[in-house]
Amino acid sequence: MKSVILRTASNYLLPLLLLFSVFILLRGHYNPGGGFVGGLIASIAFMLHAFANQLENTRKLLRYPPGALIPVGLAVSLLSGLAPVFAGQPFMTALWFSAPVPIIGLVGTPLFFDIGVYFVVIGITLTILFNISENIL
Amino acid sequence: MISAVLSGFLFAMLVLLFGKYVKGKPAVLTTLLPLSLFAYFLGMLPAVQTQPLLFSYRWIPSMGIDLNFKLDGLSLLFSLLITGIGTLVFAYASYYLKGHRYLDRFYCYLSLFMASMLGLVLSDNVMLLFVFWELTSITSFFLIGFNNDDPASRRNSLMALAITGGGGFLLMTGFVLLGTLAGGYSISAMLSSAEMLKGHAWYGWVLFFLFGGAFTKSAQFPFHFWLPGAMKAPTPVSAYLHSATMVKAGVYLLARFTPVLGGHPYWNTTLLIAGAITMLYSAWHAIQRTDLKGILAYSTIAALGTLVFLLGVGTAEAMAAAAVFILVHALYKAALFLVAGILDHETGTRDVTILRGLRKVMLPVAAAGMLAALSSAGLPLTFGFIGKDLIYEATLHAPAYGYILTGIAVLTNILVLYAGFQAGIRPFAGRLPEGFRSVHLPDLRLWVPPLILATLGLLYGMIPALADASLVQPVVQALGAVSPAPLKIWHGFNVVLLLSGVTLAAGFALYFIRMPSARHQLAVDRFASLSPETLVVRSARGFSRFSTWYTNRLHNGNLRSYVHIIIIFITVLLAYKLITGVHLYFDIRTNVAPITVYDLTVFGIILFAIWKTVSTSSRITAVASMSVVGYCICILFVIYSAPDLAMTQFTIDTLTVVLFVLVLFRLPRFLRINDRKVIVRDSIISGLFGVLIAIIALEVMNEPTNKETSRFYAENAYLLAKGKNVVNVMLVDFRGFDTMVEITVLVIAALGVYSLLKLRISSSEKE
Amino acid sequence: MELLLIILIGILYATGIYMMLRRSMVKLLIGLILLGNGANMLIFLLGGITKGKPPIIGEGEKILSGLYADPIPQSLILTAIVISFGLQSFAIVLLKRVYVLIQTDDLNDLNTPDTDI
Repeated sequence: MKSVILRTASNYLLPLLLLFSVFILLRGHYNPGGGFVGGLIASIAFMLHAFANQLENTRKLLRYPPGALIPVGLAVSLLSGLAPVFAGQPFMTALWFSAPVPIIGLVGTPLFFDIGVYFVVIGITLTILFNISENIL
Repeated sequence: MISAVLSGFLFAMLVLLFGKYVKGKPAVLTTLLPLSLFAYFLGMLPAVQTQPLLFSYRWIPSMGIDLNFKLDGLSLLFSLLITGIGTLVFAYASYYLKGHRYLDRFYCYLSLFMASMLGLVLSDNVMLLFVFWELTSITSFFLIGFNNDDPASRRNSLMALAITGGGGFLLMTGFVLLGTLAGGYSISAMLSSAEMLKGHAWYGWVLFFLFGGAFTKSAQFPFHFWLPGAMKAPTPVSAYLHSATMVKAGVYLLARFTPVLGGHPYWNTTLLIAGAITMLYSAWHAIQRTDLKGILAYSTIAALGTLVFLLGVGTAEAMAAAAVFILVHALYKAALFLVAGILDHETGTRDVTILRGLRKVMLPVAAAGMLAALSSAGLPLTFGFIGKDLIYEATLHAPAYGYILTGIAVLTNILVLYAGFQAGIRPFAGRLPEGFRSVHLPDLRLWVPPLILATLGLLYGMIPALADASLVQPVVQALGAVSPAPLKIWHGFNVVLLLSGVTLAAGFALYFIRMPSARHQLAVDRFASLSPETLVVRSARGFSRFSTWYTNRLHNGNLRSYVHIIIIFITVLLAYKLITGVHLYFDIRTNVAPITVYDLTVFGIILFAIWKTVSTSSRITAVASMSVVGYCICILFVIYSAPDLAMTQFTIDTLTVVLFVLVLFRLPRFLRINDRKVIVRDSIISGLFGVLIAIIALEVMNEPTNKETSRFYAENAYLLAKGKNVVNVMLVDFRGFDTMVEITVLVIAALGVYSLLKLRISSSEKE
Repeated sequence: MELLLIILIGILYATGIYMMLRRSMVKLLIGLILLGNGANMLIFLLGGITKGKPPIIGEGEKILSGLYADPIPQSLILTAIVISFGLQSFAIVLLKRVYVLIQTDDLNDLNTPDTDI
């Protein structure tokens, strides 16, 4: 896909979409959104960039293979679940910081759990899509 | 107690781990395990004489299954036999199988077996008992098939497993039934509801299943045939499993349940008949054989028949006779087996028509064989004499048909006496043939064990008081009978003594008149096609053929036929249920949201997209219209208050289409290969299924739904989890663990995709 | 509206099964996806459908009150959608792989009777 317009647009769209995906992720606890959708939107953003600018460029932009995000995300989720255990409570009990953070609202382990989901979803989707397009395009 | 049972399992693992060391000299050290267990149980003797010892560990309390062990007279007798004979067999095998490639495995199996057998006789919970019961079946399968290069060995071990395993299946049914009726799985507790059980309408069924298990394990007619086949096992195994322990498990089971279920006419008659047939049938077979182990196998079955028969008689005297006979038989039969093993090991043959005069080269073995044979014959001053006396006394005083029963017992004993002499005396009598001159006395470890056993038989025979109070009386008590008079050698001149004399005289006469010959066996073999064994093999073959046919029909590897079968089956089943059992009604007025223009438009688009998906011949069109369906569903989610769903559906749909296009856009168009008939048929099937689902959905709609759970989440999302988007709160907080697993599933899918793509096609696949 | 949805579910199921019974692997996959959509809609419908009241607690309120859409089917379906994405991507790649290997997507060419194994 060698469209100049798309390529130029995608350069601006990528950060915008990523920002949007983070926004969706963070508002998930109070409004529609969350880790799954956020992660999927972020993957679509990268995919769009890859279509417009060749896959190699997107890979370069990412620096690390997307698969590396999977263990990171899983670890974040697991740790957020384990955190209460260290505080002497059962696995996956929600813990919250007492003071709310502006825009996001209260920050607590469920938020980190959701962030973990977000990373895992990006990692999985991009691994699948990148590999398929590499083998086929 | 639990460590006594578990030590065998632990030891088995260790033997495997340190296999290399076990194979060499230290093999004989394995004997220490059964020996120490033997000492442990011996130490229990005084305590058990007063009252049974109970040990309890909680295991699965919710199902009423606990690790309950009970050591009473019966268990103790068996435990001592298992560990005592086990000690001798362990020592014996260390020489018998010296240098065998898989000696470590052998000891592993053997100690596993010993531990399971111990568990079996000590369990006070039927479920626990069943677990050990099955373990003995499995370990004996491995032991019988130990020489797994030999096809006959494999076949016979499979046969043994099939028969005992099938019996185990029946037994479990019986146990579950029993547990349900008695309201618990504890055997001790069942004792108190014995009267209720005997009067219950299902008593017959309980017996049926219980006997099914016991008769298969203890090789009662017509399930006896696996035992002679099991003689393919190495001789120490035969001596251990098939004389003293495993085959007695069935007898143990019957004895154990005598106080619970015994005394009913069903119980006694069945056991009497089964025992009597088994006794006569196998004693008759025993004297036709020429193979040492064959003779011993059939005479073992005869002994087992005798035990079942005695339990069937059911009087206190019969119980005492059974208790004594268990011990008598274990001592002499294990000795005879071990002697047979020595003969086989040293001369290379087990044919009684050849073996002669060996006393000249191996006197201690000959002594052991002779003592054992005499005990089996029931010569005065051997323990066998006391056992036989008690048997005759029990049959004579049986509640009914005393003379017939006595006749059967005498006849069996004559034949068994002959068989015992055949195995224990004939190989050592007469002139030593030239061929055997070079045979010499084997290692200590081979000839000492049978000699110990045989001597014990003599010792108990001369001083019966040794066995009486410590071993026999507690067993009789455990069987729920009052203790009879103490064991004595001399009862004075009476009918019993006369019968003993007749038995001995007839047996001796038979021994001198009838020489073993292959002719006898051939004569019997002519009827092989009618034997229960052939019937079982044939029916197994037929079953296997049927299942091959059936599998090839149903599992033809064709996905569509699977889908057909499943869908048609479900459709018919549900339709039947709907027509017969469910009152169909449609109420359009209640709780129905009005149809708006948006709804209609979306509905129209979906219909068109679905039609396009089905009818198009281009893959891309099909995929595109399928994604339209997805997007429309997304719009429906938006309209009906599910924003999260809509967002997810939208993004996923997009990604799916991207994927599809990436993969498919180079593939050709759909093939136009379906013929009209197939299309019509599939349309009807799928159409019917769709209609059915719609009807079910409609019916469910009419039912009031329970919103309790939803309300909990709705009310607590903010209060407990500090979130306002209830769906998201559920995903990351209330049901966070599910989400955790869900993303793990996704990771697995991604790994699958990755490896599928990176996998290089190997040359074999390319063909 | 429920009636329309019920009809829609019936059609989705029927076409899903119909497509699964075709010989083409691609159609099999499409059938699977349609069936999945049908199942999702079924769950959604049986939870009860409500217009314009998503299960989100309003500004300044502490609990959901009044009429609201049932959150449980929604979270179930959300999970189902995401999982089915994993399934679909795997199936699509598998399909591609099979196509590369045997140059056809006709399921009849894939049959190997079990007795051969």
